[in-house]
Amino acid sequence: MNKIKTILRGKFFFIFGPFIFLWLLRYIIPNYTISSKTPHWAYIPPKSCLGGCGSIDGLIPFVDWTNALIQFLRKYEIFGLFTFRDFTRGIASYVDKFLDFTEAVLHKGFPGYDVGPLPWIFILTLTIILGFYLRGWRLALLGGACFSYLILFSKRGIWELSMKSLAAISVSAPLAALIGLCLGILAVKRKRFANFLWPMLNILQSLPHFSYLILVVIFVGIGTKAGVIATVIFAFPPMARLTILGLQNISQEIKEAGVMAGCTKWQMLFKVEIPAARSPIMLGVNQVIMQCLAMIVIAAFIGQPGLGHDLLIRLQGLRLGEAFEIGVAVVLIAITLDRYSQALALKEPERREGNFVKRNPYLCATFFAIIICSILVFLFPFFNEYPKELTVSASVYLDNAIKSFTRSLFVPLGIFRDWMLIYFLMPLKAVFQSMPWTGVILFVGAIGWKLGKMRLALTVMLFVFFIASSGYWVRAMITVYMVFASLIICALIGIPLGIWASKKESRTKIVLNICDIFQTFPSFIYLLPAIMLFQISDVSAIFAIVIYSSIPMVRYTVFGLRNVPQQIIEASITSGCTDRQLLWKVKMPLAFPEIILGANQTLMFALFMVMIAGFIGTVDLSQEIFRALSFSDGGKGLIIGLCVAFIGLTADRLLVEWSSQMKSKLGFKV
Amino acid sequence: MNKEAKISCKNIWKLYGEAPEKFLKNTNNNPTTEEIKKNNYIPAVRDASIDVNTGEILVIMGLSGSGKSTLLRCMSKLIEPTHGQVFFEGNDLLKASEKELIDIRRHKMGMVFQHFALLPHRTVLQNVAFPLEVQGQEIQKREERAKDVIKLVGLEGREKYYPRELSGGQQQRVGLARSLAVEPDVWFLDEPFSALDPLIRKEMQNEFLRLQSMLKKTIVFITHDFDEAIRLADRIAIMYEGLIVQVGTPEELITKPATDYVAEFTKDIPRSKLLNAESIMNEKDKKPYENTVNYSDKIEKIASKVLKSESIFSVVDDNKEVIGSVSKKELIKALFAEDKNE
Ligand SMILES: Nc1ncnc2c1ncn2[C@@H]1O[C@H](COP(=O)(O)OP(=O)(O)O)[C@@H](O)[C@H]1O
Ligand SMILES: [Mg+2]
Repeated sequence: MNKIKTILRGKFFFIFGPFIFLWLLRYIIPNYTISSKTPHWAYIPPKSCLGGCGSIDGLIPFVDWTNALIQFLRKYEIFGLFTFRDFTRGIASYVDKFLDFTEAVLHKGFPGYDVGPLPWIFILTLTIILGFYLRGWRLALLGGACFSYLILFSKRGIWELSMKSLAAISVSAPLAALIGLCLGILAVKRKRFANFLWPMLNILQSLPHFSYLILVVIFVGIGTKAGVIATVIFAFPPMARLTILGLQNISQEIKEAGVMAGCTKWQMLFKVEIPAARSPIMLGVNQVIMQCLAMIVIAAFIGQPGLGHDLLIRLQGLRLGEAFEIGVAVVLIAITLDRYSQALALKEPERREGNFVKRNPYLCATFFAIIICSILVFLFPFFNEYPKELTVSASVYLDNAIKSFTRSLFVPLGIFRDWMLIYFLMPLKAVFQSMPWTGVILFVGAIGWKLGKMRLALTVMLFVFFIASSGYWVRAMITVYMVFASLIICALIGIPLGIWASKKESRTKIVLNICDIFQTFPSFIYLLPAIMLFQISDVSAIFAIVIYSSIPMVRYTVFGLRNVPQQIIEASITSGCTDRQLLWKVKMPLAFPEIILGANQTLMFALFMVMIAGFIGTVDLSQEIFRALSFSDGGKGLIIGLCVAFIGLTADRLLVEWSSQMKSKLGFKV
Repeated sequence: MNKEAKISCKNIWKLYGEAPEKFLKNTNNNPTTEEIKKNNYIPAVRDASIDVNTGEILVIMGLSGSGKSTLLRCMSKLIEPTHGQVFFEGNDLLKASEKELIDIRRHKMGMVFQHFALLPHRTVLQNVAFPLEVQGQEIQKREERAKDVIKLVGLEGREKYYPRELSGGQQQRVGLARSLAVEPDVWFLDEPFSALDPLIRKEMQNEFLRLQSMLKKTIVFITHDFDEAIRLADRIAIMYEGLIVQVGTPEELITKPATDYVAEFTKDIPRSKLLNAESIMNEKDKKPYENTVNYSDKIEKIASKVLKSESIFSVVDDNKEVIGSVSKKELIKALFAEDKNE
């Protein structure tokens, strides 16, 4: 007990100590004003002294260098034959071939052969049969409901839009999965490649989407194929990661069994390792699909048509009813694809004996379904194309409902919003904006050093130095402020909710299920309620960030509390702890490392969402990225992206290290 | 090298740590325990030399962490020894090419694992046929063979089951069948029954003996259970912290333990079941007495008649030649002696 206390006491000093230091700094360094025309160099990094740098006010002209590199890649001809850009465009044209096919099947049809796209009845029936096969009637019901919605609410073309999006996903998801799988396998087999791949994956996954969107525009162009390529780049890292983990976690004995059977290397890979790791690998596929879905809105920024594109337009036009209708479609598709691919990942082979039909019931069902559907389509045009007269749309009612809802809540919400701005957000923003870069470097360095890792300290200091010297220090600090503000609110909501949920098995189940569903929503969806309630302001951005990023906070809190060993709890109860004492003196300290990890995840989620929230006009890095996107300024986009990535990585490195040290002090296995 | 030896290990070392080859070289391939400790190496196997004779059951025994599995894996080159040589049928296994190794493993070796190591996505039939499949045998032939082996281990009717549908004992039967599918010469078993309940374990040991009486393989069997070792072994090798401390028949280990460690191990074994007249007789007294016992009779069998009578018994070999004698004195000493080292 005492041990835990001392550890915690140490931590509190360790959290607040550097803050005090930062605060003292303003007295140590003269003429402290950050808003003055020429702030002291210790507060805001000075402009470049290197090579005249044109547009950017950075200490080091990273942006110019990057742009020069991009220019080089565009113009320079490898072997005098083709440029790097020709190469990327060549790849894109192959992607286009696949796209042509999926688009033809799902919504364009094959005009050359006078064949239309796949009729809806096929898609609906096959989805239902697949659901039955993968898990049973409940999954089938979900799939059926999802596609029924798409068909029924198609007054404004939701069905066609969905098919466009699905056509893109059915190219990008397999491609991303394949690339991730191959890279993962290569990393497991070649240690040297793994050492290169891990940091790459870390950076790729913490770069905001928009920064490589710009590069994709430069090297590929715009449209569906560009969207698909951006999606693939974004979606393959989790696949690679899960493949690596899966292959590394195969039991040693199984591998030895393979070797002793006399497998060659390839036999080992295909007959032993990949099948033995199929569950984690299929979870990777699940992740890929979810990432692809998250991208359908983002890819719309570079001209990929589909649900995302229309959602974006409706959001921009504040046509919230219609946006809501499309949003529901996106969410339904997301949940359906998520559950289907999860079921696929967890599916165990089943033993069936008997005649052919008994052994292959689903194959036969599919066969008969196809025949019956074909006959129906042939006989009744209804089954070929769902008649427009029978579709419905609730957008008008929804619009009215939303309007009257916000109107009735206008005054209280306005008061709440202003109160938040004046008493919480603005003061916090001021604090962050007045943070000198030198101080922040020392701060993160001090934490790294306190954690006892010189290397860690140097790494995070380098990260911060990069941000400071890139010329976006002030904007970066606004991003940090948004993230920090959200983190505080997330903790205030998430931790109590987690505590409440962990008290009873039934609550835990419900809350985790809700978390699951929320996590499936593509991020842009969260902007909908935010705009509805708070119009366009910092508050609405933070609202969207908070609902999105509270999920990991809740999850990890529940996980940490539920994982406190039963013996310790029983021992405490027998030594006479009340419920309250049990929670605060036993469970919370033991769950604390896990909660820190939750905070870390929340931070990552928030950082990701901040970038999306740039869409509703915040003035941090995300705004700069959107600007870079509209000017196709690749260098700027990439460097700002790296700034964002480094904010995330700095926090991640420190928090994860802290948590794991705490865990080992508490005697948990790390 | 022993001519009969199927597998012959010469001075095998396996150290875990940084650049162990260099360390071994610097210490003339003979580092002391202190040197190893001081340089932070984990000595999994130290200077192990042992022959596995054709057709015998060699049991490797020792506490967990004593290096049994590592030694076994050196014999099949699943693990490359840091130093030493392994001869398989007279060929240096460590010099064999990847292709030769695959060939040897495909046709001459079978292995059974502690946690069964079945492939979860394959049925019993497919698991058993797996080693044949990787050889490239066609499906009909290999499934026929697999069915035969499945029958042999008593799992008929379960061919279509998946491993998760079977009990532990049944899963290990699949493991046995899989390792036997290629009709290997050498059969490696790494604690095959340790993960099973005691009752099932007994049953599986009987099953194992039944199979061996039919198949007559050369067997290396690992266990940490001395009872199991006694039941199954022709010879037992005892390992302690990577060293082979003694190799011998069960009787030899009990009557002439090489170290206190071995003695401690063998203390609780019911001797009467294990020792025979030869191992306890007085070799100097070759006088022919009236009563005789055969040299191979277990103490269990002769105890009552020797203890009842006051006379001395001659021990004779198969040719009725006297090779020693036993009396009450020898018998009591063998059965109840506390200090086995005298
Ligand atoms: N890959 C490895 N790395 C480091 N140490 C190992 C490794 N494999 C085995 N060891 C060590 O070698 C020793 C012998 O292990 P093992 O042969 O598995 O023992 P046993 O099978 O007798 O239980 C143990 O102390 C174990 O910790
Ligand atoms: Mg072992």
